[in-house]
Amino acid sequence: MMNWLQNLGRKGLLLFEGLGRAAIFFVGMVGGLGVALLRFRLTLREIYSVGVLSLVIIVVSGLFVGMVLGLQGYVNFAKFNAEESLGIFVALSLVRELGPVVTGLLYAGRAGSALTAEIGLMKTTEQLAAMEMMAVDPMRRVFAPRFLAGIISMPLLAAIFSAVGVLGGYFVGVGLLGVDAGSYWSQMQASVDFSEDIVNGVIKSAVFGVACNWIALYEGYDAVPTAEGVSRATTKTVVRSALAVLGLDFILTALMFGDI
Amino acid sequence: MPNPDAEPLVEIRDLYFSRGANSIFKGLSLDIRRGQITGFMGPSGTGKTTLLKLIGGQLFPSRGTVFVEGHNVHALSRGPLYALRKRMGMLFQSGALLTDINVFENVAFPLREHTKLPEQIIRDLVLIKLEAVGLRGARKLMPSQLSGGMARRVALARAIVLDPMMIMYDEPFTGLDPITKGTIVTLIKQLNNALGLTSILVSHDVEETMSISDYIYVISDGEVVESGTPSSLKQSSSEWVQQFLNGYPDGPAPFHYPAPEYIEDLLLGR
Repeated sequence: MMNWLQNLGRKGLLLFEGLGRAAIFFVGMVGGLGVALLRFRLTLREIYSVGVLSLVIIVVSGLFVGMVLGLQGYVNFAKFNAEESLGIFVALSLVRELGPVVTGLLYAGRAGSALTAEIGLMKTTEQLAAMEMMAVDPMRRVFAPRFLAGIISMPLLAAIFSAVGVLGGYFVGVGLLGVDAGSYWSQMQASVDFSEDIVNGVIKSAVFGVACNWIALYEGYDAVPTAEGVSRATTKTVVRSALAVLGLDFILTALMFGDI
Repeated sequence: MPNPDAEPLVEIRDLYFSRGANSIFKGLSLDIRRGQITGFMGPSGTGKTTLLKLIGGQLFPSRGTVFVEGHNVHALSRGPLYALRKRMGMLFQSGALLTDINVFENVAFPLREHTKLPEQIIRDLVLIKLEAVGLRGARKLMPSQLSGGMARRVALARAIVLDPMMIMYDEPFTGLDPITKGTIVTLIKQLNNALGLTSILVSHDVEETMSISDYIYVISDGEVVESGTPSSLKQSSSEWVQQFLNGYPDGPAPFHYPAPEYIEDLLLGR
């Protein structure tokens, strides 16, 4: 019993110690954002590697998710003769929920894991320590540009995901199942509100961007500097980012749409 | 010949450092003199690399002070510390080159970060330093295309590109073939003399370290066991130092990891 309590206490302390370190890391990174903005070329390079290189998986997934929504929506709406509302269903599902959430999950798998592995390897090969000894602050030179790049990329990727998804829904609903194209678009236009739906979706994906990149960069920074340590850190990034995205999504949804 | 009575550039006083329950330095005090090559030898795990990180201000001691050029490294705020670091070069064991840029850009990295020099001057400076380590022709290669020795030479060029006052070498000879090792030994000596540097060399390669150091500290168990010029060390009466210098497998540093009596372990340990 005593052992069990000790163990619990030790784990609790470790948890809070980890959270504290992550918070200090976050503050350091935010402090470097000014430099990341001033030397935007560094950030641009990172936008390429986390954003542009994630495009394929985002576009393909968006297309399929949209197509499935089109199909499922049609089958169920047809029971009430409400096929014309398919456009609203596809668009709202994507813009409010699936766009930001699935993009966040895919981003964690594609870009987050790559970031953790990259930073972990930089730590293992003493590149970060070497930078410090060259009087170059890794927070400003390495972490802040990647963090900013992630925060910029995530809403853009989520927007692309949603847009492609809407087209996928159109392709299945209108193209294959015969829903009227005019009502697909016009009902969508009439019911999707800019500030209520689109802006909230963008806010969600920006929050996910902060969370995923914070986790990915911190796990790399905190990785045990061995091959095994880096592989563990990569796994942790994917698991923790996914949990963070889903947990935050619930909180944000409750805050944004809870009172309707 | 460097002046044996030169004033110290680095002064370490009563330094304590521990990792978890494991105490690495227990009241270390020593001087590193200007213009000399000072060697630190000792078995693996005695905290030689840790000592370099303490001098560079990357780690904090639990007690004691490190003065570099009269500045207490661990009392400096970020600005002055970074200014001091610009004048300290460090050669990491692996070279620690940035893997996403080529040799030229690696050497140019400190210049681009700290100066606003025109491209033409950066190019000239980088080529001068690469020429000094014999790798001007390798400027377009990526770090992954370099051998271990080449990577260390590039890192050396990078460490001297800001014309520092001192360089710290972390195990510069480990894992190199004899020719490359010889090259690095010569380079360390030449650079120290030609650029008027102060060099701190951490290694467990006895022969190489003895051949180029002006003064050597032998460290074990968190303390200086013996110090002196290479020739005086060879005369040391300490059994431990003799074991280390000559590589005897058993002696004051035991061959066996602590264990219960052998016979008891065999007969009763089931």
